[in-house]
Amino acid sequence: MIVGKSIPRIDARDKATGRTMYTDDLCDRRALIAKIKHSTVAHAYVKSVDISEAEKIPGVVKIVTCFDVPDFKFPTAGHPWSTDPHHQDVCDRVLLTKHVLYYGDDVAAVVAEDEISAADAVRAIKVEYEELPFVLDVQEAMKDGAPQLHEAYPNNILNHTSYRSGNYEEAIKDPGLIKVEGWYDTPTVQHCHIENFVCFASRENEKLVVVTSTQIPHIVRRVVGQALGIPWGRVRVIKPYVGGGFGNKQDVLYEPLCAFLSESVGGRLVKLECTREETFCNNRVRHAIRSHITTYCRKDGTLVARKLECFSNQGAYASHGHAIVAKGMGAFHQLYPCPNVESDSWTVFTNRQVGGAMRSYGMAQAIFAVESHSDDICRAIGMDPMEFRRKNLMPKGYVDPFSKNEQYYDTFNQCFDKGAAYIGYNEKYKAYQNQSGPVRRGIGFAPLWYNTAVWPIALETAACRMILNQDGSVQMQVGDTEIGQGADTAFSQMAAETIGLPFDKIHILSCQDTDVTPFGTGAYASRQTYVTGMAVRDCAERLKDKILKTAYRYTRMQPYLMDIQDGNIVRVTDGRVLMSVGDLAMSALYDLDNSIHITAETTTQTKSNAYSFGCCFAEVEVDIPLCRVRLLNIINVHDCGRLINPALAAAQVEGGMSMGIGYALSEKMIYDQKTGRLLNGNLLDYKLSTFMDHPHLEAQFVENYEPTSAYGTKALGEPPVVPVAPAIRAAILQATGVPMYELPMDPHQLFRRFKEEHLI
Amino acid sequence: MYDIKALYEATSVDHAVQLLLEHPQALIIAGGSDVLIKIREGSLAKVELVSIYKLDALRGITKEADGTIRIGSLTSFSHIHADPYIQKHIDVLGDAVNMVGGPQIRAIGTIGGNTCNGVTSADSASTLFAYDAEIEITGPEGVRICPISKFYLGVGKVDLRPGELQTAILIRKESYTGYKGHYIKYGMRNAMEIATTGCSVNVKLSQDKKTLKDIRIAYGVAAPIPIRALKTEEAIRGRKLSAEVREEIGRLVLEDVTPRNSWRASRDLRLQLCSTLAMRAFEEAVKKAGGEIDG
Repeated sequence: MIVGKSIPRIDARDKATGRTMYTDDLCDRRALIAKIKHSTVAHAYVKSVDISEAEKIPGVVKIVTCFDVPDFKFPTAGHPWSTDPHHQDVCDRVLLTKHVLYYGDDVAAVVAEDEISAADAVRAIKVEYEELPFVLDVQEAMKDGAPQLHEAYPNNILNHTSYRSGNYEEAIKDPGLIKVEGWYDTPTVQHCHIENFVCFASRENEKLVVVTSTQIPHIVRRVVGQALGIPWGRVRVIKPYVGGGFGNKQDVLYEPLCAFLSESVGGRLVKLECTREETFCNNRVRHAIRSHITTYCRKDGTLVARKLECFSNQGAYASHGHAIVAKGMGAFHQLYPCPNVESDSWTVFTNRQVGGAMRSYGMAQAIFAVESHSDDICRAIGMDPMEFRRKNLMPKGYVDPFSKNEQYYDTFNQCFDKGAAYIGYNEKYKAYQNQSGPVRRGIGFAPLWYNTAVWPIALETAACRMILNQDGSVQMQVGDTEIGQGADTAFSQMAAETIGLPFDKIHILSCQDTDVTPFGTGAYASRQTYVTGMAVRDCAERLKDKILKTAYRYTRMQPYLMDIQDGNIVRVTDGRVLMSVGDLAMSALYDLDNSIHITAETTTQTKSNAYSFGCCFAEVEVDIPLCRVRLLNIINVHDCGRLINPALAAAQVEGGMSMGIGYALSEKMIYDQKTGRLLNGNLLDYKLSTFMDHPHLEAQFVENYEPTSAYGTKALGEPPVVPVAPAIRAAILQATGVPMYELPMDPHQLFRRFKEEHLI
Repeated sequence: MYDIKALYEATSVDHAVQLLLEHPQALIIAGGSDVLIKIREGSLAKVELVSIYKLDALRGITKEADGTIRIGSLTSFSHIHADPYIQKHIDVLGDAVNMVGGPQIRAIGTIGGNTCNGVTSADSASTLFAYDAEIEITGPEGVRICPISKFYLGVGKVDLRPGELQTAILIRKESYTGYKGHYIKYGMRNAMEIATTGCSVNVKLSQDKKTLKDIRIAYGVAAPIPIRALKTEEAIRGRKLSAEVREEIGRLVLEDVTPRNSWRASRDLRLQLCSTLAMRAFEEAVKKAGGEIDG
């Protein structure tokens, strides 16, 4: 068995020794350097751009302003194309903008011989603005008379969707019900992957070649074509190794601008690299979502009627748009089935950084709101938080009528039992009741819910190609991407398992090149082990079938009498090794009568989806006078089906927990209310948590085999971030008796709340 | 790429003085952990630099004949943290500089740079204030000594005149003998952080460990520059150790500090911290000095 083993990552040695080549490493040092002139106002029309001084700076090759770019509107979200125009992403971007929509928007670009001349020129460009009022708050932006960002969206509402079941208004008339209501606010945060966005572009013959640090090379190709108004086939996108993306690079970022700049200097090589400050200000962020939840329940915790309203702060451009908050809203009625539910969600433009995809795609926001509210219900009715969850969470046998997803197992209880046993939940929960004094401890937990992949909301397709080499090894290519998560290793394990080869006989080509690699939409939605796994399985079975059929020529055994085991062709009836796959490959390729190069290629569409579940338990110490939380212990338990590689799975969980800890306790983008400027867009002032802020991160699993999956697996990439913040919130609540309603639960927030509740 | 117009490398302290006089617009660069960041941001584009980094004479910690501890201005944080004199006599300073940034910054960053920046948040500054450190400055006229409380002139401004550089930090024997201190850096995370507020307290106890013969309380980020809580010190000096005294410190320091509202932290939060940190640092310092506070 190769699937299920903790095989070291195939790229581990190169990455650990610094040999791996990332985008910037690959760029010819002679490349011209592009830098962007960003706006210094939050909302304005550009009246003029004066480049006369900038052009005089030695080394400057070309300056392009918002008045020089083509008027092709394009989308940026890394979503599959839809053939239904109503389901296509909003096209609201141009390469450089005359209508500035956030502080830092792109108004001009410089191409220069080197970085210093480029930076000098950017400083020397003078922009004249006609300033407009701006709006930063999501609910302010919806009001009549608020500053308007996009003409086509009155009250700045990009989208509003609803869900209804039963009859909420009637149900709440029952006089015996207890009403619990709360507002839950989450901040704008950034992905903070190690490798900033970087790309370079040049023309080779008539092709525009873009090498970029992206999660979605095939989508980048399409959008570069859309933005420049050229046929998609004229664009070639190459994706080398990527130093993390977490969803930020599930957007088309500056590839279209870089390609355009290269074209504007005759196809010369142009590199565009974001600084860390630009990564914060000018890439994508996690949507800040404000949720309002009202629950009517009985004293025993029975849910009678529930209402959810979510306001998602989109920032200046549509990007992934409403999909984010819609995913969270979809979880609400599935996670806690209730006969009467009303949900509404709005996605609203504001003059802030652009919300895009970020690890968990709205679920971290939603689960913080929903699970914080669960704890508030427990507090209101005096119910044990564990009992409430065990009573109300999606039970075994639950089927969602829309996605057809099914809860096949008693997974929540299994995960809770495992997490509680590790952390000593029951004992500590009792021990920490009714404390006094300045420093107190608490323990809490929260479940998580996730959907693997995007079917049936959007297309799920993946492709795989395999070629048998002379030595019996296999070259494999997929369209889906390794971005640091370990996808290449997992795919290789799957292929080795299905074909019957030793693991080291699989050579996956990590780099995607849209001219060479089969199609794939990329790394997002925690989809690849599930969706791409289907293509790998299908392709491996086809290849194996061809190998055995070809082997008939040399072994004279019927294909059904043979199998491939550990790189050998074996007769199944008696286990005799007939020949090695390598010998077969040589015989077949160099056969003087009938040479055959054994290959397989397949495209697999996935029309199923799978729930992924888990939970987090957290134990904290709260220093009340110092308004600070120390995380003492934490565990995540996940049911992501069968583990392909347990060590890599644990690594995913640890990374997600770290992200969750920062989300819970320290990370937040802060805005100057007077100008709309992002104040802390750097790694000093933005409080990404460090390993000094983490206790040991424990990752455990419940391996319930996913029946719809090629290898029994399902989503794990994103889910680990989801339950951490509400678990920590629950622990703080137990320690202090003070519910928190806003993330992060940093000293500023604790100070405010402890003052309000007279603890200090 | 760093946009540096010229780099003048000093080969001796005298040479550095000469270079600074020849290039009055030039900035001094030592470890570079602050200057290079500003250059990268573009706020110092086309800067001229006088590098003193190679002046090994300014590196290291020595004990002079009169007991003064002399810290060369180019001594790195990690060096100070590991130094036996510091560990023996002013361990709190070693602890404080061990909270700067992360390991790489502590290996490159210097105590001279930390103090010459003139920022209130410098991790070394509050403890140096608390120990009445003196600053040795070398310039065209020779060497002069300036108490650290006079060295800081305002936000980002220190008392360095044309052609001058800081060459050492001196801590006199009477300033450290018999004193034990504790520094608390309060930040929003536990590494890679500048202080939201920092408090350094040291005490000298009576023979029987019951009375406070002396107390010194210093803060970073409680005012535009590092400060001493002099009124509180005055009121508490000579008192018997007790829980009431601790609480009184917590109240009194609020009269000494003048933190500002900023997006990094509100004045109210900083006041809460100033009070709590003083009490906590006081308690730790007393413990280290062998005393006890009941309750």
